[in-house]
Amino acid sequence: MQRKIRVLIGKPGLDGHDRGAKTVASALRDFGMEVIYTGLHQTPEAIAEVAAQEDVDVVGLSILSGAHMALFPRVRAALEKRDMGHVLLTGGGIIPQDDMKALEDAGYTKLFGPGTRTEEIAQWITAQMELRWQKEGAAQ
Amino acid sequence: MNAAASLSERLVQGDRTALARLITWAENADPRFARELATLWPRIGRAWRIGVTGPPGAGKSTLVNEAARLLRKDSKTVGIVAVDPSSPFTGGALLGDRIRMDERTLDPGVFIRSMASRGSHGGLARASASACDVLDAFGFDRVLLETVGVGQAEYDVLDAADTVVVVLCPGAGDSIQAMKAGLLEVADVLVVNKADQPGADRLLNDLVEATHVRFTKRAWKVPVVAASAGTQFGVDAVLDAVEQHRAHLEASGLDAARRAKRLEQVRHTVSEGLSEALWGPGGVRERVASELVAGASPHAISAALLSELLACVRGPGAAAKPSEPN
Repeated sequence: MQRKIRVLIGKPGLDGHDRGAKTVASALRDFGMEVIYTGLHQTPEAIAEVAAQEDVDVVGLSILSGAHMALFPRVRAALEKRDMGHVLLTGGGIIPQDDMKALEDAGYTKLFGPGTRTEEIAQWITAQMELRWQKEGAAQ
Repeated sequence: MNAAASLSERLVQGDRTALARLITWAENADPRFARELATLWPRIGRAWRIGVTGPPGAGKSTLVNEAARLLRKDSKTVGIVAVDPSSPFTGGALLGDRIRMDERTLDPGVFIRSMASRGSHGGLARASASACDVLDAFGFDRVLLETVGVGQAEYDVLDAADTVVVVLCPGAGDSIQAMKAGLLEVADVLVVNKADQPGADRLLNDLVEATHVRFTKRAWKVPVVAASAGTQFGVDAVLDAVEQHRAHLEASGLDAARRAKRLEQVRHTVSEGLSEALWGPGGVRERVASELVAGASPHAISAALLSELLACVRGPGAAAKPSEPN
C-alpha cells in the first residue's frame, strides 16, 4: 500500500482572485501531496463532482467574496449527496473571526485566515489524515 | 447506498463513487484491487482506448477536451485518465489537466480522473492501465488516456492504448527531429496541433515524408492530421483517423494485438514487483554490499545473482548449462 494525500483546491462562486489558491496548491504539492486545482468560478455541485471523481481526501475552498456562510454548507451537502461526506473540508480566505468560529462550531470545517503559513496548513492536513488512516487501519 | 455491496458490485450498478474508489485502490497498490478486478474482467474489452501523448504544451489536454466534446455529440460516453508528473524530490504533484476539461465536469456521460505518475518514467503512472480497465468495466464507450508531457522516449502508452495519437506542434525543432527514432514510431495517428501557427505546414510535410519512408513495411499507414484543438478545428478528422485505425485492427486481428499488449503489461508488473522485492527490505542489497566490500567485481556479483534467479524460474540445473546460441 502506497497512500498519498489527495487534495482538491476549489474556487467556488464569482470571486476571481486565485493567487492564494495557487499558492496553497503549490505549497501542498511541495509537502508531498497530490493536488488538483480546477480553476475559477466553480459551483458547489461541480466541486463535489470533481472531489468524487478524483476520490480526494481533502477539499480546500478559497473564498474571498464574502459568500462563505452559504458556500461551505452547500459544498458539504453536495459532497454528502455523492457519498463523499467523509472528505476533510477546509478552506480559507477573507472570513471574519465570528463567521470562522460559527462554521467551525457547526462542524463544517476548520478555516485558515490571511497570514497563515502554508506549513501550518500542510501539517494540520497531514495530522488529520494520519489520524484517520490509523483508525481505518485499526478497523480493517 | 448499500454499504455491504462490494465496490465491483456497486460499479456494475453505475455508482461513480465506487468507480473512483476502485481507481484509488489501483493507484495505492491495495491488495483488494486485484480481487475486485477479477470479478470485473468479463466486462472489460468493450471500450476503445485512445492514448494521447506528445511533448509538454503541445495541446494534449485541449485536444482531449475537444475530442470528448465531439464524442458526446455523437452520443458516446467518455472516460478520461490524465497523468501529470510527480516530483522526484517530494513525491507531490499538481494535477492541472482538468482545467482544460472544465465544461465536461457535470456531464454524467463523462468521468475524468487525474493521476500523478508516482515515480514511473514511461509517461504513465503504474496504475494508468488499471484505471482504464475500471472505466472500461463501468461501460464507457471510449477511454482517453493522456500521458505526461513526454520527451523522445516514453512509450508506456503503447501497451495501454488500442490507438496511440501523438500530438506535436510547430516551432519545436527542424526536420531532423522528424527523422529521429522514438516518439514518432509509436504513433498510430500523428497530429500537428496549433496548425494555425507559423511552421505548421513545414512540420506536416516533414512528418508525411518521415512516415512514408519509415513505415512502408507496416500494414497501417500512419495518417498525419492538421488540427487546432483550441479553436475546435480538425479534431473531428483526428477521431475519424482513430476510427479507421480501429477498423484496421479489427480486420487484422484485434484480440491478438490486445493480448500482445496485455503480455507487456504483465511483464512490466512482474518486473517491477521482482525489482522491489529484490532491492527492498529482506532483499539482496546487503549481500551485494558486503560482496563489494569483500572485493568482488560488480560483473561477477551480477552474473552470480542472475544465474541464481534464473535457476528459480527454469528449474535447477538449467542455469548451469552452457547457454545456447540465439
